[in-house]
Amino acid sequence: MWRRSASFILDKHQNNKPMSLTPSIDSPPPLSASVADENPSPNHISAYYQTRAAHHEIVTSDWLEQAQAAVRRYPDQDSPVSEKPFSVIEEFNKWRQQPALAEAVAAIRALAAVIRASDGNTMMELEIELKKASDTLKAWDTTSISLTAGCDLFMRYVTRTSALEFEDFNSAKSRVLGRAEKFGEISNKARTIIAMLSQDFIFDGCTILVHGFSRVVFEVLKTAAQNKKLFRVLCTEGRPDKTGLLLAKELAKLDVPVKLLIDSAVAYCMDEVDMVFVGADGVVESGGVINMMGTYQIAIVAHSMNKPVYVAAESYKFARLYPLDQKDLEPALRPIDFGVAVPLKVEVERSARDYTPPQFLTLLFTDLGILTPSVVSDELIQLYS
Amino acid sequence: MDARRGPLAVPKVRRVGFFTSIEPSQDSPRPNRSLSGPAEAITTSSSPLSDSPSGQFISPVQIPPLRHRSDNLAAASRAAAPVPVPVPGPSAFRRQLASDRALHVGSYNPVDSLLGTSPPSSNGEVSEDSGSLFGFQRSDSAKLSASFPNGGFDMTMRVRAPQESEAKVVIASTSDGRKKNVEPSGTSEPVAATKPRKEKEQKSLKEKTSKAERRAIQEAQRAAKAAAKGEGSKRAGESSRAKPSKTAKQTQPKKDVPQVTSSLSEKRTVSVEKERRMDVPQAQMQYDDKSRVDKAKRRSVVEQTESKNKVELFLHLPQYERGNQLPNLSSNIFTLDTIHHAVYKVGLQHLAGDLSGDNARCIAMLHAFQEAINDYTTPPMKDLTMDLTGKINGYVSFLIECRPLSMSMGNAIRFLKNQIRKLPVDLSEPEAKASLCSEIGRFIDEKIILADKVIVQHAVTKIRDGEVLLTYGFSCVVEMILLYAHEIGRKFRVVVVDSRPNLEGQKLLRRLVARGLDCTYTHINAVSYIMGEVTRVFLGASSIFSNGTLYSKVGTACVAMVANAFSVPVIVCCEAYKFHERVLLDSICSNELGDPDAIANVPLRTNTKHAKTMDNNKNLQFLNLMYDSTPAEYISMIVTDYGMIPPTSIPVIVREYRREDLLL
Repeated sequence: MWRRSASFILDKHQNNKPMSLTPSIDSPPPLSASVADENPSPNHISAYYQTRAAHHEIVTSDWLEQAQAAVRRYPDQDSPVSEKPFSVIEEFNKWRQQPALAEAVAAIRALAAVIRASDGNTMMELEIELKKASDTLKAWDTTSISLTAGCDLFMRYVTRTSALEFEDFNSAKSRVLGRAEKFGEISNKARTIIAMLSQDFIFDGCTILVHGFSRVVFEVLKTAAQNKKLFRVLCTEGRPDKTGLLLAKELAKLDVPVKLLIDSAVAYCMDEVDMVFVGADGVVESGGVINMMGTYQIAIVAHSMNKPVYVAAESYKFARLYPLDQKDLEPALRPIDFGVAVPLKVEVERSARDYTPPQFLTLLFTDLGILTPSVVSDELIQLYS
Repeated sequence: MDARRGPLAVPKVRRVGFFTSIEPSQDSPRPNRSLSGPAEAITTSSSPLSDSPSGQFISPVQIPPLRHRSDNLAAASRAAAPVPVPVPGPSAFRRQLASDRALHVGSYNPVDSLLGTSPPSSNGEVSEDSGSLFGFQRSDSAKLSASFPNGGFDMTMRVRAPQESEAKVVIASTSDGRKKNVEPSGTSEPVAATKPRKEKEQKSLKEKTSKAERRAIQEAQRAAKAAAKGEGSKRAGESSRAKPSKTAKQTQPKKDVPQVTSSLSEKRTVSVEKERRMDVPQAQMQYDDKSRVDKAKRRSVVEQTESKNKVELFLHLPQYERGNQLPNLSSNIFTLDTIHHAVYKVGLQHLAGDLSGDNARCIAMLHAFQEAINDYTTPPMKDLTMDLTGKINGYVSFLIECRPLSMSMGNAIRFLKNQIRKLPVDLSEPEAKASLCSEIGRFIDEKIILADKVIVQHAVTKIRDGEVLLTYGFSCVVEMILLYAHEIGRKFRVVVVDSRPNLEGQKLLRRLVARGLDCTYTHINAVSYIMGEVTRVFLGASSIFSNGTLYSKVGTACVAMVANAFSVPVIVCCEAYKFHERVLLDSICSNELGDPDAIANVPLRTNTKHAKTMDNNKNLQFLNLMYDSTPAEYISMIVTDYGMIPPTSIPVIVREYRREDLLL
């Protein structure tokens, strides 16, 4: 399994089928609109998890409002006002039409649109404008790690070039724009790259445990199925929003043998599992991941039974956060339906995510390559230096 | 080879003529070589026989007499001389073999001659001499083939192999055989051995002179040889550099080498070492290395008395008694001209222990250097870069004498030296000085003061309301963090863990309580009890190494491990200038020994009788370690001026950021 390096695999795949790098953005997988059908009440609920649970659903009206409010907060009021709402709406539309497009990529697209629409005359103006746009985007949902991280990374990537100061504004702007597009492109392709990288880890006859619905993990499994790999998938139910059910349904469509578990049956089934594949909402600086509630316990169980835990995460999810324990995060809450009425005096833990420390993870599959958890920090340091 | 070696090792042959005892005589070369052989001939490590288990045994019969070596030139007469052996036939046979085997011969014959009351110049010498010859050859071949232990051995075997057939003939006429025997052994001797052999001959010519004279001759020869070799090395360059050092090393451990020799060889060692030090980065001085310590002592400004009962495992560390040299030093502050007074002051402060805390020590040192550079004028005909570096080196070694430098000070000194080296050549002296001073100031501001502020900003985000924070000892960064967190209104409690003998935690406790923080004070003995209620551990650092090992005040590892056992996150606060690119695996290799009296004497318990017995007890050693190392797996997070990072990322910081300071 470890015989080939990430870059080698990527090269090989690129040589073999060069067209496969740009598939799914324009042709998103047709997800049925009826799975997550209830629209949870939006009051102090993590918008990120809400939209993730129903990423192709009708987007709540308050989000639309927020987006437009964010647009209106731009400094230059005259012409961009008419321009930018359009760009953000466009980004929003893109997102709605393509459930496969991650929030962060959508944000990156929107920021690129900001650059394009900007009518500043100096680099400084452009940078300030960009900063404000990204700040409003971040402020829109503070619980979304990938949104924050994506914006930050975009800012670093776009503005981090020393040559900018010596050029005239127009060429500099076009260069920035080029970088922005490139970054958007890279982020778009990330999922495909990860899917390719992970193929060598999926061997015939293996059993894979997945948790929740992660688009990257789904991409990985789909690619494996397309490559005629024979494997079995155990899907957790993914309470409370039953995202596991969704994944099981999608996999069944691809004729992959799937078994559905309730979340509490993970330890029971672990001995027949060969590897655990999870996605990530965010990868933090320690190398650990923040993911949907339940990932931590799965990782602990897998670790204690010496099963590898692989995390598939795009590099735009790398965040400059360093949680020391579970509570050391901005709380992201979501409604939980227990089926019956919860007695009044009973408290409900509604956190939507948990933090898995790096010592429980085996490898991270990212578009930068296959990394050990400790490399995440190295990458971040180099990026933000 | 091994097949041929078998019969060699069998003691049967050797036992035949001489020994009625069953003791194997394999050990015989040892006494001979160590007593009558010259120092050069002794290569203890290269003789496989002496390493054999039986090699330790010395038969009482074999105690060799003090005799003189006869000359090789008289070989012909020797061959003709009668063999005064008590046991006729077999002994001759044995001697035959033995002289072939060369090594064993020398040792047996003296005994033989003693027993047989043969005169010293008689044939006993033949074999003895050839033995010494072979001793030489052996040592040489061993030198050549140092990698395989049997190198020397093989050589003798090769010599022996063709002669074994002759041996039978020898039994009939010993004198003939002897002649034959000597010659082939001479011819089969490798070329490498000829030179030493000549020396041997010269030496043996004058062997009958007094001991002192002999030694003088040896001395002279050795010096000549060394000179020749030195020249050779100069000519040949690097390839031969190892040789003189090797001879020096060989001569050094000998206890019976006369004083003159040792001093000479020491000089040689010094020169070689100087040479070596040029290209090798400055290593830490090992204080169990006698010669270097002596040399350092001669140069030292501070008179230090070594502590009495040293702990075996830490002999490589400087161990001196503190304090008693202070009055002496402070009295001649005005007479000393080599050390700038500012540096002198800092050194005295280090010595007296007035300065504690790595940052404080480092800043004091840098300020002193700043002052010294300000007062510096380049002597005529000298280059500022070179001369100033030399000056700084002198200051640094003075500071080291006062107290071993911390890792951070080492980094700061490296920074300064690099700044000096980087100075443009065309810069005038005042400009250069000004730029150096401003660079030092920038270092202090950026790398220490500003870094601390950034660390505080980062670390405070990890303090939430209602937490119980534990800290160990005194760290100024941790103090700043706690005070700042209190300032911005976080509600938390602090546990200050302290340890004897320094009780630095009391200083922290005093300051925290004065600012109104809620504190608990305990000693490290209770850390496992108190850890149950703690939610975060904040630790300071003296240095962090590339493998993430934390090097900090002794006791830190204990606290971190207990915290880890209680799964309490351990946060280490450390400025990035303290990171070190070395790797540390244990607390033994680099450490600092404190005053042993500090742990021996308990305040408030002034039982003089008790102290006296403690003082004079040979079996009692006090170990007052100053630092220990905490493995990376016990550290959850390192807060540094570049953000919060896991301990695995230290090398990245060192690589990415140190370059600009040091290598450019």
